[in-house]
Amino acid sequence: MPHFAIIAVSILFDGLAYAMFLFITSVGLSVTMGLMGFVNLAHGAFAMAGGYVVVSLTKDFGVGFVPSLVIAALVVGAVSAVFERTLYRRLYKSTDLEQVLLTIGLAFMAIATATYFYGPIPKSVPLPDWLQGDINLGFRTFPSYRAFLIALGAVLIAVLWYAFERTNIGAKIRAAVDNRRMAESVGINVDRLFTLTFAVGSGLAALGGGLAIQLFGLNPSFAVLYLVLFLIVVAVGGLGSLKGTLLAALVLGIFDTAGKYLLADAGGFFIYAVTVVVLLIKPAGFYGRE
Amino acid sequence: MAASETISPERNAARERAAEYLLSRHRFHWQEALPWLIAIAAYFIFPDRMTFGSQVLVMVMFALSLDLILGYAGIVTLGHAAFFGIGAYTVGLGAARLGWTEPISGLFAAAMVSALVGFLTGWFLLRYRGLTLLMLTLATAIMLQEAGNLRSDLSGGYDGLPGLEFKPLLGIFQYDLYGRANYIYALVALAVVFYFVRRIVYSPFGQALTGIRENIRRMHAIGSPVHRRLVTVYTIAAGIAGIAGALFTQTNAYVTLTVFDFDNSAKVMVMLILGGTGRLYGAFIGAAVYMVLEDHLSKLSPTFWQFGIGLLLVLAVLFARRGLLGLLEDASKYFTKRSKP
Repeated sequence: MPHFAIIAVSILFDGLAYAMFLFITSVGLSVTMGLMGFVNLAHGAFAMAGGYVVVSLTKDFGVGFVPSLVIAALVVGAVSAVFERTLYRRLYKSTDLEQVLLTIGLAFMAIATATYFYGPIPKSVPLPDWLQGDINLGFRTFPSYRAFLIALGAVLIAVLWYAFERTNIGAKIRAAVDNRRMAESVGINVDRLFTLTFAVGSGLAALGGGLAIQLFGLNPSFAVLYLVLFLIVVAVGGLGSLKGTLLAALVLGIFDTAGKYLLADAGGFFIYAVTVVVLLIKPAGFYGRE
Repeated sequence: MAASETISPERNAARERAAEYLLSRHRFHWQEALPWLIAIAAYFIFPDRMTFGSQVLVMVMFALSLDLILGYAGIVTLGHAAFFGIGAYTVGLGAARLGWTEPISGLFAAAMVSALVGFLTGWFLLRYRGLTLLMLTLATAIMLQEAGNLRSDLSGGYDGLPGLEFKPLLGIFQYDLYGRANYIYALVALAVVFYFVRRIVYSPFGQALTGIRENIRRMHAIGSPVHRRLVTVYTIAAGIAGIAGALFTQTNAYVTLTVFDFDNSAKVMVMLILGGTGRLYGAFIGAAVYMVLEDHLSKLSPTFWQFGIGLLLVLAVLFARRGLLGLLEDASKYFTKRSKP
C-alpha cells in the first residue's frame, strides 16, 4: 500500500474510534441540554465517576472489564438521577450563569473526592485477552481495543436511533426538545422525561469514562479536561440532536486525529479551529434549531 | 403643560426621590474608603507578605474587569483569561525579546494589545449567546494557549519566561526582595483603573449595559445600539484584564502559558461570584477572601481546598445568589428593620 494510504487508513481508524468515544460520552449531554437548556458542566464528572467505578471493580473485586462497564453505567445513572431530583431541578428556570456555577462546583467537588480516594496518579485497567493485541482484517492489522470501541459505538448508535425514532418515549423526547410547552400541554410529563434522559445520558457518560481509561488513562482532572471536548461536540452538533451529535463527533474526532498525525506540534489547535469556524457559520450547530 | 399640573403630589414626591437617587448614587460614600484603608493598612501590618498582597490586588483588578462584562452587561464568558494572558505576554515578550523593560509604558502597551484583541473577538463573538458564546470564548482562550505552545521558541512554552527584569519604577523605586514597591505600584494602578470603571458604571453607558443585562429585547426595541455597546464594554474589560495580566508578569517577574488555562477563567469567575456580581466592591471582597483562603487552606490540603471551593459555589448558587456583599446587605437590612418600630 502507498505511504499516504497507510496514513489515511490509520487516521480514519483511530479517528473513528475517538469519534465513538466522543459520541457515547456526549450524546446524553446533548439531549438533556436540548430538553431543558440546562448547561451541565458536571457531565465530565459523571464520566470520570464511571471510569473510577470500572477501575475499582476490575482491580479490587476482580469483575471482568465488560461487566464492570455495564455496572458503572447503571450505578452512575442511578446516582445522577438523585442529583437531578435534589439539585438540578431547582435551577431549571435560572440563568445560564447560575447553572454553570452550580455544576462547576459539583465538578470541583467530584475531582477533590476522586483525588482523595484514588490519588492524582493516572489509573489503568486490566483488559481481557481478547481486547489486547491486534485484530487482522485481511489487508492489515488494527488494535483490537479500538475495533471493539468502533463496534460498540455502532451498536449503541443503532440502539439509540431506534429508541429515538421508533419508540413512544423517543417521540416524546423529540416533541419536548422541539417545543417543551406544547409537549407539556398535550400531557407529556417533561419533568419525568428529563430525569429519565438525564440518568441514561449520565450512564452513557460513565460508560464512555470507563472506555476512555485504556485510551487516555484516568486521573481526577478528566472531569474538566475532557468536558471541554464534550461541550464542543454538543455545541457543534446542535442541542438535542442525535444526528448532529454523531456528525460532530465524527468531524471533530477525525479532524483532531488527523491534526495530531500530520502536525504534531499544532495538534490541539485543530479541534478548536474547526469549532470556531462551524459556530461562526452555524451558531446553533449542525442540526440545532436557530 | 396641563399634564404635569394634574400629577398628584405623591407622584411628584416619588419623582423627586427618583431624581435625587439618580443624582446621589454616584457620590462617594464613607464605606467606600474601607477597602482602600484596609489595603494601605495591610502594607504596614504584613510588610513581609507584600508579594502575596500584590497578587491579591492583581486578581481584584482581573475580577473587576470581569464584573464589567458579567455583572453589568450580563455576558457569560468562560475565556476571560485570554485577555489576562495577552497582557501578561505583551509585557513578558516585550521584556524578554525586545528589551522593553520600562514598567508603566508596559502597562499601557498591554492594555492596548488586549483591548485590540478584545475588540476583534468581541465584534465576532458577541452576536452569539448562551452555550455558543460560552464555547466560542473558551475556544478563543485555548487557541491562544495552543498558539503560544506552537511558538514555544518565542513564548517559552509551558516552562514560560522566567527571571524577567524590569526597570525601576519611574526610574527611582528599586524592586526589593519583599515586593513592597510592587505592592504600592499595583495599588496605585488598581485605584486608577477602579476610578475609571466607577465612572463607566454610573454613566448613561453603564445604565444602558444594565438595561441589556436585564432585558435585551427591550433595549433593542427602544433603539439602543446593543451590539456596539457590548463590543465597547468587552473591549474595555479586555484592556483592564490585560493591565492585570501585565501587573501579574511584572510583580512575579515570570509568566507561563498556564495564564491562559480554563482554571484561570473559572477562578476569576468564582472570586467575582463569591464577592457579588454587578456591584463594584464585589471584586474586592471576593478576590481577597478567595486568595487568603486559598493561601491558608491549599497549604493544609489542596484536595480539601478544591472540595471546599466546589461546595462554596453550590451553596452560593442555592442560598446566596448575590454573593458575600449581598449577604451583608441582607443582614444589615434585617437588623435595621428590627430596630425600627
